[in-house]
Amino acid sequence: MSTVLDTLVSQPYKHGFVTDIESETAPKGLNEDIIRMISAKKNEPEWLLDFRLKAYRHWLTMTEPKWPNVTYPKIDFQDISYYAAPKPKKKQSMDEVDPELLRTFEKLGVPVHERAALAGVAVDVIFDSVSVTTTYKEKLAEVGIIFCSISEAVHNHPELVKKYIGSVVPAGDNYYAALNSAVFTDGSFCFIPKGVKCPMELSTYFRINTQDSGQFERTLIIAEEGAQVSYLEGCTAPKFDTNQLHAAVVELVALDDADIKYSTVQNWYAGDENGKGGIYNFVTKRGLCKGRNSKISWTQVETGSAITWKYPSCVLLGENSIGEFYSVALTNHKQQADTGTKMIHLGKNTRSTIISKGISAGHSNNSYRGLVKIGAKAEGARNFSQCDSMLIGAKCGANTFPYIQVNNPTAKVEHEATTSKIGEDQLFYFQSRGIGTEEAVSMIINGFCKDVFQQLPMEFAVEATKLLGLKLEGSVG
Amino acid sequence: MINKDAKTILEVRDLTATVAGVEILKGINLTVRAGEVHAIMGPNGSGKSTFAKVLAGHPAYTVKGGDVLFEGKDLFALESDERARAGIFLGFQYPVEIPGVTNSAFLRLAYNTVQGGRGKDELDPLEFDDLVREKMKLLEMNPEFLGRSVNDGFSGGEKKRNEILQMALLEPKLALLDETDSGLDIDALRVVAGGVNKLLNADNACVLVTHYQRLLNYITPDYVHVMSAGRIIRSGDRTLALELEERGYDWLLDGKKAAA
Repeated sequence: MSTVLDTLVSQPYKHGFVTDIESETAPKGLNEDIIRMISAKKNEPEWLLDFRLKAYRHWLTMTEPKWPNVTYPKIDFQDISYYAAPKPKKKQSMDEVDPELLRTFEKLGVPVHERAALAGVAVDVIFDSVSVTTTYKEKLAEVGIIFCSISEAVHNHPELVKKYIGSVVPAGDNYYAALNSAVFTDGSFCFIPKGVKCPMELSTYFRINTQDSGQFERTLIIAEEGAQVSYLEGCTAPKFDTNQLHAAVVELVALDDADIKYSTVQNWYAGDENGKGGIYNFVTKRGLCKGRNSKISWTQVETGSAITWKYPSCVLLGENSIGEFYSVALTNHKQQADTGTKMIHLGKNTRSTIISKGISAGHSNNSYRGLVKIGAKAEGARNFSQCDSMLIGAKCGANTFPYIQVNNPTAKVEHEATTSKIGEDQLFYFQSRGIGTEEAVSMIINGFCKDVFQQLPMEFAVEATKLLGLKLEGSVG
Repeated sequence: MINKDAKTILEVRDLTATVAGVEILKGINLTVRAGEVHAIMGPNGSGKSTFAKVLAGHPAYTVKGGDVLFEGKDLFALESDERARAGIFLGFQYPVEIPGVTNSAFLRLAYNTVQGGRGKDELDPLEFDDLVREKMKLLEMNPEFLGRSVNDGFSGGEKKRNEILQMALLEPKLALLDETDSGLDIDALRVVAGGVNKLLNADNACVLVTHYQRLLNYITPDYVHVMSAGRIIRSGDRTLALELEERGYDWLLDGKKAAA
């Protein structure tokens, strides 16, 4: 590769500032007392404390997964603070929110104020461990939609939370899900009642601000019979030269004929070009298509984090239910990503589509890992998977690990994979037509990611396109 | 069309260049004036394509010595994209495929970038669509090309038409056409050559790199140069091409050996 290619992927991380907000942080370390403290801070009912303690005790018996294709020094779970909240405590309306906090979100381009009204997006904002604001709550309530922080839901709608929490991702599901179940501090809750089509995009914005704190949010979305919702999440964090742990759990439940679309643009701090600092993004996301004809669609644009370990999955239980996974994962410098999906076909005539686009630049390592499992009773199940990798430069890596298990002879499973490379000759072709290298790379990358970007809500698609351009600036040469 | 008073578009003096440390061009001299068509012929490995790529600024080649003036200015002071905006066009022997990028988006970006570089207005997608469809008629191209990915899955002939379509859009001062005739059947050759002819005028110039005299039946050169081992060893008018067709290159190479 020429030097031009080497200088195109390095744009400084622009969300790397720290907001000077006094925060209330729990002492480092994890034990039952810390969990009781978190639960008490949040004034939780007994059953939730039990849920946490059970998860914690189970977690103690588990070991960290070793199978992902990533390497990092052992995490000292006693060196993390499990609770950080901005002071003063949460306010009731937007006007009472700390102006410093609002400025932070303005700086990040998150529409929490008038801009939210213009964009017609309802936003829940999670700052470190707690939800600081949720917009449009009343308007949504008129049609029966509940959109609030999960802490509020625990108090105001305990029966719903109790019924569904852990129903898709059980507390002991995996190491990080168990940890999250023990210490989760906040997150978003969303309930769309029977027959309601959510009139606007719902959105949660996550920000880690405090150094040495972990973020463990828990999101729960329930769409009842015939309900429809499109949900977006965005994430950023300041630059610290230590690693921060982000272990979230997202659970989606779709009943008969319900449709949930979940989109993520993840831009956590990725560490510097030498791999110092950055977020460990160890996340469990799973949707249950519980009802007939239900549909869950995951779209993710993963550009940040030092390490990403994430497999948004669908359990297709209801007959004729549909699961979709559209992903763009970009890694640069020393980033590592092991990401993909699981499509578990249990019901008859269930269908799933997987479109994964991995882009590796710099010295990064990008792996797709996906499981397609067809259960014995899943008559007529179908899956189509397309996994494409693109390499920029000669020092990065791309891997594909597809797992296919078929236990029903009527199933049809297709898997296609390609690897391509942005090479000198392609760039020269653009240049010989007057087009500069950066524009050329951006055009090639956007062409490569088109199938995924067109799944994103429009505003997000524009943002994602810009983000990839920024991330790759200076990396091509 | 030779006009000795026409202004000089390209002036090459003692150009030497290497690829991966191996010297390929060993002292090229060439003057191209407005309105002229030059054909560069020669056996495989003589450096013809390298010459075209060096002028366009391919990064794999290193210029070691000599000067090239493009409209009186130092060509090597410009990056390859700047050269394209200044009016140099390279028609590729093997156009690369760019999956996922539609031809229409690519052509429009190229057109607008080059127009912008010349201080002219850019076209919006609808205006550009009218323009490109007009130009495609010139090359008897099916408009469905616009919706396909750049060169992706194109036949050899389709790729070459696409190259000349780009030339038609970018209106270069100097077109370097590298083996534009290779891979074309007779009908396609006629169409592509006809397209090139329509684009040539008294203000621009063209350098054709080709193996065969066949192309020169359609595009009449004012000068024919024979390259061998990185040098131009013989220059003449179009009758030189006919002579090469009849006698091959050996007599020239032998003569050179004898002279040495």
